[in-house]
Amino acid sequence: MSTHVLSLLVEDKPGLLTRVAGLFARRGFNISSLAVGVTEVPGLSRITVVVDVDALPLEQVTKQLNKLVNVIKIVELDVSQSVQREHMLIKVRTDNATRGSVIEIVNLFRASVVDYAPDALVVEVTGDSGKAQAFLRALEPFGIKEIAQSGLLAIGRGGKSITERVLRS
Amino acid sequence: MTAEPMTARPGPAPGATTTTLTGAEAVVRSLEMLGITDVFGIPGGAILPVYDPLMDSKVLRHVLVRHEQGAGHAAEGYAAATGKVGVCIATSGPGATNLVTAIADAYMDSVPMLAITGQVYSTLMGTDAFQEADIVGITMPITKHSFLVKRAEDVPGAIAAAYEIATTGRPGPVLVDITKDAQQEELSFVWPPKYDLPGYRPVTKAHGKQINAAAQLLSEASKPVLYVGGGVIRSHASEELLALAEQTGAPVVTTLMARGAFPDSHPQHLGMPGMHGTVPAVLALQEADLIVSLGARFDDRVTGKAALFAPNAKIVHVDIDPAEIGKIRTADVPIVGDVRDVLVDLGVAYSGVVAAETPDITEWWSFLDGLRDEFPLGFAPTGDGLLSPQHVIQRIGELTGPDAVYAAGVGQHQMWAAQFIKYERPNSWLNSGGAGTMGYAVPAAMGAKVGEPDRVVWAIDGDGCFQMTNQELATCTLNNIPIKVAVINNSSLGMVRQWQTLFYNSRYSNTDLETGHGTVHVPDFVKLGEAYGCLSIRVEREDEVDAAIELALATNDRPVVIDFVVSADSMVWPMVPQGVSNSYIQYAKDHAPSFDEEA
Repeated sequence: MSTHVLSLLVEDKPGLLTRVAGLFARRGFNISSLAVGVTEVPGLSRITVVVDVDALPLEQVTKQLNKLVNVIKIVELDVSQSVQREHMLIKVRTDNATRGSVIEIVNLFRASVVDYAPDALVVEVTGDSGKAQAFLRALEPFGIKEIAQSGLLAIGRGGKSITERVLRS
Repeated sequence: MTAEPMTARPGPAPGATTTTLTGAEAVVRSLEMLGITDVFGIPGGAILPVYDPLMDSKVLRHVLVRHEQGAGHAAEGYAAATGKVGVCIATSGPGATNLVTAIADAYMDSVPMLAITGQVYSTLMGTDAFQEADIVGITMPITKHSFLVKRAEDVPGAIAAAYEIATTGRPGPVLVDITKDAQQEELSFVWPPKYDLPGYRPVTKAHGKQINAAAQLLSEASKPVLYVGGGVIRSHASEELLALAEQTGAPVVTTLMARGAFPDSHPQHLGMPGMHGTVPAVLALQEADLIVSLGARFDDRVTGKAALFAPNAKIVHVDIDPAEIGKIRTADVPIVGDVRDVLVDLGVAYSGVVAAETPDITEWWSFLDGLRDEFPLGFAPTGDGLLSPQHVIQRIGELTGPDAVYAAGVGQHQMWAAQFIKYERPNSWLNSGGAGTMGYAVPAAMGAKVGEPDRVVWAIDGDGCFQMTNQELATCTLNNIPIKVAVINNSSLGMVRQWQTLFYNSRYSNTDLETGHGTVHVPDFVKLGEAYGCLSIRVEREDEVDAAIELALATNDRPVVIDFVVSADSMVWPMVPQGVSNSYIQYAKDHAPSFDEEA
């Protein structure tokens, strides 16, 4: 099993997410991360899916996804050919004794503090999965109270756009 | 996969006049404009607005069925017999959910179907309103696509788009769910409507390089087989198949879904492969060095244990659906395209490759002919003196001939009908292959007869299947749809009983239906048929079989039901037990070399 990042360009239609998610479930694939958002083209959305799957079943699920009428295009984004980012909000336990150390770690990871309370800080970090996980490990000793994490976002490197060829026709 | 340039979508014709219609009127008008002439359905609250203008349509014939499942299977039978799209209509909630089985069936067998359902008012959606069901959500896994229409102005576009999706590429069912307010409100009707399907571009023209590679393999193969699936029928490619088969001299096998795609009388035809296929067809695939799969999908009922299927064969896989290629078996040469075009291109490429000399496959043929001589299809006389079901079905085929349409239910009678009726033309054999839906036969036969009124249409049904959908006999009688139903009555769920005999020590758990010989006859199929206004007779002796069939063939003023009381012990042979290699095909029970030893 290996991790694959798929970027789906889809029509923004009601039920679209159900169609996509249902297809993964039906064919027995676990989605480990999902992010949905608008694109620069009105009416088109982009879904970034991370799946752990072997190459052959991945080909099958990609083909099945392509059969969905509202799915316009699917691109697999290789780590080396794309920028991949996660966003994480972490509520970490702090007091007067530990706050300084936590802020030091936050600075080391180029994360930032976005909320303060006497007994906790909310910090945010953006980066690839490795960085987010390393940051989390660094904060663990202080006591992590809560985590909210986005799905992975990914975009191809270079000047080309996923919507280019679609728009031409 | 090469994407074709986007084809022009229909837009408003120049000078087209705009008419103001209600959404409901637009449903009827859109169907008319698409050339649809027959629809099957039942009205109900949320689809009532559509039924009003439907009453005035001079073009659409609406057949009022007795159960929505019947409407769905009738639409399937209509589509399968005519090659046109089948249309069914139901109301919201239970009306729509009753269509689900038929929609799933159409999805599995790639039947072009348009299902139109009423939905509760858009303002009530999501409130658990009376007769509300999320039918779009329910059918997502079993439709090619679906539309939820909440505005009257979207009706024509949704129906036109649904029609295009259902009938092009790999055909399939498309659902259009229309809220009651969308049916009641008005719109400016323009035909053809504008719609956009940027994500839908079926590939029909295959890549030339792959065609050449396939032709090359065909020219080098010493043991080729053309493995023909239902795609050849859906693509209307029988003539092209015949041409390529005769050009290459290769043996042909036709799957359950493809019976009739290649004439049974043709000397190159080895019959049906699979779990209950002929020994020559099964072993031809198993021993082949090249399998050219044409609109087939390596279903588990064909391959047996897939890892052991045709171990020495290279695979050329032709399918219009790219997802079928490599799904079960890796293809050496994948060809995405319409099988009809591919067959033509392949023929041209093949003549280029072989030039003057045709490859020598006489050794292969002598092996296959040996199998044909040694293991012809056949059946043993019954041990209990009751009618042999195979004989009955064989005689129906022989006395009726290849111009008829035969629709089967699911089970033993289906397999015997696939084996012992000889099919000579496509669209003459209708059955539920992928889904295995018991109860398919009667409504599908009804739909076929509506689409092909001049053909004799038989429903070859089982006593179990018949009890699932026989209420459509009322529809047939009242609407002058004179189908002929042969109930192969072995008083049990026969195929399940066969498995219990073979794999569960003859412990017959819940398979006895008490409809046949020596039972209470509940229900009595003759009385049942009579109650529905059918000519109904019972046949228990072999010397009555032909006369009964002749009587059915001579009766065209009403439907016919013949209760053929047959032996419950007859089994479907040959058989490949589940989960083993096809090499272990059993010609009869326990490898018995002759039918005389059948239990």
